[in-house]
Amino acid sequence: MSMQISKTLDLKGLSCPLPIVKTAQGIKDVVSGELVEALATDPGSVADFAAWCKSTGNELVESGEEGGVYRFVIKKK
Amino acid sequence: MVAPAHEHEEHPSHRKLVIIAWSGELDKVWPQMILATTGAAMGMDTTIFFTFWGLFSLVKNEKHITGENWMQKMVAMMDRPGMEHLKLGKMNFVGAGPAMMKKLAKENNVASPGELLQMAVDLGVKLVPCQMTMDLLGLKREDMIDGLGEPAGATAMLLEAQDAITLFI
Repeated sequence: MSMQISKTLDLKGLSCPLPIVKTAQGIKDVVSGELVEALATDPGSVADFAAWCKSTGNELVESGEEGGVYRFVIKKK
Repeated sequence: MVAPAHEHEEHPSHRKLVIIAWSGELDKVWPQMILATTGAAMGMDTTIFFTFWGLFSLVKNEKHITGENWMQKMVAMMDRPGMEHLKLGKMNFVGAGPAMMKKLAKENNVASPGELLQMAVDLGVKLVPCQMTMDLLGLKREDMIDGLGEPAGATAMLLEAQDAITLFI
């Protein structure tokens, strides 16, 4: 995969609303157009990350799960 | 900065969230704080208007008794203010319920209402205490935590709520 991740947010173990709150805080210092990777274990985060991206205008480039860890790749608006 | 008009078509029309925090019960203050932090994280202009028992979450934890006259003091004695001292709306069992709830929250990595309140402040959520109920309960600014906005009334709150999603909790 050729995607260049600028920042990884480890949100494993955190429950709602922390994965989203920490993503909103963590993405602040990322330059527009760069990619942020978020790793979470909260199953609710699948719907929450899609909704958050829709609401904020950031692009959800990738959303997947492997071994109980959900991985989201977000392109900053 | 105002977003270009076309962006509003793609995204939800409500970009403001107003929470009227009326309850001071732990199991209602929690969702007040969860929704406020989430709204702010979603980029919504978020305000919490604290009124009646909701004000008690804003009182400093170390403060035992608030109020100026005996009736106001009695209220604080019967229901100790402060985010760390909130009771559950049901299954309180003289404090055993909240202790259990906090233990479960810790085990599940759920942030406490106090932690969420701090995050709300960090995310720029406006915390507005209701002037009238502050007077009614005898609460003074020095009884309350830092980071609060100027106390306001129902009119200011309803004006803020005119173009916002409004929740009464």
